[in-house]
Amino acid sequence: MPTAFPKDSVGLVTPQTAHFADPLALVCGRSLADYQLVYETYGTLNATASNAVLICHALSGHHHAAGYHSLDERKPGWWDSCIGPGKPIDTDKFFVVSLNNLGGCNGSTGPASLNPATGKVFGADFPVLTVEDWVHSQARLADLLGIRQWAAVVGGSLGGMQALQWAISYPERIRHCLCIASAPKLSAQNIAFNEVARQAILTDPEFHGGHFQEQGVIPKRGLMLARMVGHITYLSDDAMGEKFGRGLKSEKLNYDFHSVEFQVESYLRYQGEEFSGRFDANTYLLMTKALDYFDPAAAHGDDLATTLAGVKADFCVMSFTTDWRFSPARSREIVDALLAAKKNVSYLEIDAPQGHDAFLIPIPRYLQAFGGYMKRIEV
Amino acid sequence: MRADLEIIQEWIPAGSRVLDLGCGDGELLAWLHANKQVSGYGLEIDGDKIATCIERGVNVIEQDLDEGLGNFASNSFDVVVMTQSLQALRYPDKVLAEMLRVGRTCIITFPNFGHWHCRWYLTTKGRMPVSEFLPYTWYNTPNIHFCTFADFERLCLQLGARVEERLAVDHEHRHSLGSKLWPNLMGEIGIYRVSGPGLADHRVAV
Repeated sequence: MPTAFPKDSVGLVTPQTAHFADPLALVCGRSLADYQLVYETYGTLNATASNAVLICHALSGHHHAAGYHSLDERKPGWWDSCIGPGKPIDTDKFFVVSLNNLGGCNGSTGPASLNPATGKVFGADFPVLTVEDWVHSQARLADLLGIRQWAAVVGGSLGGMQALQWAISYPERIRHCLCIASAPKLSAQNIAFNEVARQAILTDPEFHGGHFQEQGVIPKRGLMLARMVGHITYLSDDAMGEKFGRGLKSEKLNYDFHSVEFQVESYLRYQGEEFSGRFDANTYLLMTKALDYFDPAAAHGDDLATTLAGVKADFCVMSFTTDWRFSPARSREIVDALLAAKKNVSYLEIDAPQGHDAFLIPIPRYLQAFGGYMKRIEV
Repeated sequence: MRADLEIIQEWIPAGSRVLDLGCGDGELLAWLHANKQVSGYGLEIDGDKIATCIERGVNVIEQDLDEGLGNFASNSFDVVVMTQSLQALRYPDKVLAEMLRVGRTCIITFPNFGHWHCRWYLTTKGRMPVSEFLPYTWYNTPNIHFCTFADFERLCLQLGARVEERLAVDHEHRHSLGSKLWPNLMGEIGIYRVSGPGLADHRVAV
């Protein structure tokens, strides 16, 4: 059966679930008594467990980073272009772990899970999580898998923030940090976009203060709007222009506000619609808050170089020229702080028209550098 | 190793921190790291060369030298190296000033436009010199700011920098009696070690 998959695919993969009975203290002051994380692994852990790579996902991502869940699956995992035999993260060399973060809606404990204390769905009662919390929960998963130190922690966007936090929180447990299309903290504009997305959800009449599941409804319109505004920021003006231009769905204009006239409207509505059917509204709120709160330098007088003084990992930072959500200037803030802290770092600014989403696209120069960096990692 | 890098490495003390501007494929830094425990970074803008640096384990930062070295603190490197890039910069004077700010010692190599061959070519043909070593015509060359040894040394003087050492060599990086006696006429490539205005008496222990 798996022979039907491409040769450089990790093929058929099955998610696994890890249970944790030890309470996890969270930055917000609350704790989770009991939780589970869903994860996938690709490749084989070597005898000394020195070849493990952690993949951290972005806002709406999950554990299914590579391969296929079934022969019928239309699309492989979200980062399949980078993970597999002979690909940048070569599964012939590395043992790759990818998980759905805590608070997610793809199997890990989150707002849609049952609260053991009440026997009801958490909904809005699920605690607010931070990037640090995720990293701590990921460290526990590493313990469970017998991984004392990651050969590399890799992530794009919000995933890049987790990789950076790993280097800060657990300097002894990470040898290489690959931080792609990311930032050391959000800008006011980034937070503003997140707030628009959250308001779309919070003001949806079917949100019910986050307890919509009890009402048997979902805040579909809010989620749709949130995704639409998010999606605009993930693409560049050029990429959108090239894809849709001012192309129309039909021959003529209708002079009303209800019909879908422009191709780009149709695309955004489709994306929003599709997203609202599969993503949990509370998880979206939670993930955007985690993004907003991320600011590791805040505890060190806003001095990122001081914050990074204790890191031991070597860094590879990559950005994309047309990414305006996390522009190259934001990546350079990380690089400059690493330079000031005299850490090993390489930085690439990849010329790509696709905007923020470029980190998911197999751009030759990106894959070449990514693979080149992974090749030099000794296991 | 490339012949000019062979010469340069002798001027770089073991264990020092080096910034290599226009580091190319990272050959010098990789060698210095392996043989002299040197740490540091290379700056480069060519994508393929950056990829080679990354694969060989050299810290490389994609950065345009013409935008300055503002991301590096003053005196944060023992040695700042720039081989065969000066003539391709838009603001060679500003970059040289930045090098002198960031590093205690700067090593710079560049082709000498005062070499007799250039002078002869221009005199007899009345056209911009084209040679095997500088194979570009005036309109497609990346080299936009040619200078002679005399010009470079005058710029150093203007910046308050001191020329600590100078080697004039041919394009295969050989010394000759001629290039020793008349460097600006007989030297094809200049290899300079320059120290900043604040560190005129600074000596690198080699």
